[in-house]
Amino acid sequence: MLYREAGQFKTSYPADQAIFPIPQDRWSLAIVLVAAFAVVPMVANNYWLVSILIPFLVFSLAALGLNILTGYAGQVSLGTGGFMAVGAFAAYNLAVRLPQLNYIVDFALAGLIAAAVGVLFGLPSLRIKGFYLAVATLAAQFFIEWLFTRVPWFTNYSSSGVITAPKMQMFGFDLSDPVSRYLITLCIVTVLTLAAKNMVRSAVGRSWMAIRDMDIAAEIIGIRPLHTKLLAFAVSSFYCGVAGALWVFFYIGAVEPQAFDINRSFQVLFMVIIGGLGSVLGSFLGAGFIVFLPIALNNAAALFGGALQADTLSHLELIIFGGLIIFFLIVEPLGLARLWQIGKEKLRLWPFPH
Amino acid sequence: MTQPPRKIGGTLLKVDGISLAFGGVKALSDISFEIREHEILAIIGPNGAGKSSMLNVINGFYHPQQGAITYKGATRSQMRPHEAAAQGIARTFQNIALFRGMSTLDNIMTGRLLKMKTNFFMQALYWGPALKEEIAHREVVERIIDFLEIQSIRKTPVGRLPYGLQKRVELGRALAAEPELLLLDEPMAGMNVEEKEDMCRFILDVNDEFGTTIALIEHDMGVVMDISDRVVVLDYGRKIADGRPDQVRANQDVIDAYLGVGH
Ligand SMILES: Nc1ncnc2c1ncn2[C@@H]1O[C@H](COP(=O)(O)OP(=O)(O)O)[C@@H](O)[C@H]1O
Ligand SMILES: [Mg+2]
Repeated sequence: MLYREAGQFKTSYPADQAIFPIPQDRWSLAIVLVAAFAVVPMVANNYWLVSILIPFLVFSLAALGLNILTGYAGQVSLGTGGFMAVGAFAAYNLAVRLPQLNYIVDFALAGLIAAAVGVLFGLPSLRIKGFYLAVATLAAQFFIEWLFTRVPWFTNYSSSGVITAPKMQMFGFDLSDPVSRYLITLCIVTVLTLAAKNMVRSAVGRSWMAIRDMDIAAEIIGIRPLHTKLLAFAVSSFYCGVAGALWVFFYIGAVEPQAFDINRSFQVLFMVIIGGLGSVLGSFLGAGFIVFLPIALNNAAALFGGALQADTLSHLELIIFGGLIIFFLIVEPLGLARLWQIGKEKLRLWPFPH
Repeated sequence: MTQPPRKIGGTLLKVDGISLAFGGVKALSDISFEIREHEILAIIGPNGAGKSSMLNVINGFYHPQQGAITYKGATRSQMRPHEAAAQGIARTFQNIALFRGMSTLDNIMTGRLLKMKTNFFMQALYWGPALKEEIAHREVVERIIDFLEIQSIRKTPVGRLPYGLQKRVELGRALAAEPELLLLDEPMAGMNVEEKEDMCRFILDVNDEFGTTIALIEHDMGVVMDISDRVVVLDYGRKIADGRPDQVRANQDVIDAYLGVGH
């Protein structure tokens, strides 16, 4: 019985309200944070940092953003790519046009601009839900992509339509090396994750979930539906926008609007479904799964002596994704996070299953 | 029937000439009655009589075509449900309307949302006033949990609870708003005798201890006669009687329309 609640009595509500009430959870989180902040920068090579860990963090942030909107507030969205694009292009334009601003300020402003756009496209959610809302957010996705492709001002008149992030500098230091990029991304994602966790366990999170579970009852206990839904759109788009900005400045360095097309929206949606709707942890599990699966498959193929062709591999990847999405949608809508929780519940009873 | 005498006061809510139709279906026709401070008013009538519709009109969920409602001295013909909530009207539903994905504790905490004032940014920091507020409201909610004797299901997602307990949690959520007027739509439907007794006790205690005015819809005549101060009888969208339980029970129209048809 390594992991258990019994015998750990909370003697006060503050203790019970703590972000991780069970000590084992706190220790595991502490270990993960120490590993992420201290160990990884020392041991990981550039390939791992740039091609695996940074995209994992950026995707986790985008998935967290979508999860707030869809998993917590119950508003389906296919506009994630679009909101990421708004953040990316806003941060780029701020950096190019107002070079005196600190990049952190750029990212925050980019997030706020994305939030405003999210609110605008969230307005139909007062009247429509489910499938119809998904279609409305799809319109946002296509419109935003079209706008950034067609209006050259947004790409600062770049002839190729590609935006290239300026060299990363802050407080006079050159921060463009992989370790710095990784650490800045990690800091931003950590802070925003903590904020999200706080929101979902406060009044605002409860009103989102109330709207999700039964909007009529929510209204009758005094929740204003439009206000609550738009706040979810704003927060969600802020997160997606910052993720888009991080994508350009720390991951890829140069992107065109098509980097944030409808496929990106679906990719993030799959992360949320596989990871677990309505779970902060699930956003990370889902992003991790989708980022690591192709790598794991590649390595597995290498073990078999390269017997598999590259295109067979990518097909295999799609088949596995498709199968898993169907599995999770039908069998376990709460995703990997729920499986993790069930595992913990089993562990809590172990070795006495009853 | 040895309750201490409660002080029933003046009119808290007056329903005046309410008519409500859905397309061709007349759900309510020219209904007038009043609910007095601190009383327990039962609304009875056969299925489809318009009882639930009446509660829906009172808390602003349905908008009547005619008539007005005077609540605490202010007259209106319409309002939004969240405005009714803000003015101290809480309710439960005939078909349970809990937030199924949330725990018992969180469901009841949502009942306090209107009283939580710290802003969004403080909540995102979970710090200072936001934390203090969260804990203060948690304490109130824990008292409700103790009162309703549901300590052991505090952290259970309500979707997993049996029906009787869900009804209790829903009452808890309504109580968390500290309402002046509590509307209960068939709070004991589908319960066994023991559960009904518990629910009756909670209703009487709420009325007694907090002076909450209660309007409830109930089919079990024994319960109605036991706990209510007054009874309003609806039939086919019309009011056919209104008075003390013993008067209503003796009323010939009521016997014909309702008591006679096998209830
Ligand atoms: N939302 C609605 N749309 C259409 N008809 C409704 C609606 N709500 C109630 N009604 C109709 O109004 C009448 C009264 O229903 P209701 O108030 O639920 O009765 P009761 O609660 O007394 O059983 C019924 O004929 C019902 O079909
Ligand atoms: Mg009814």
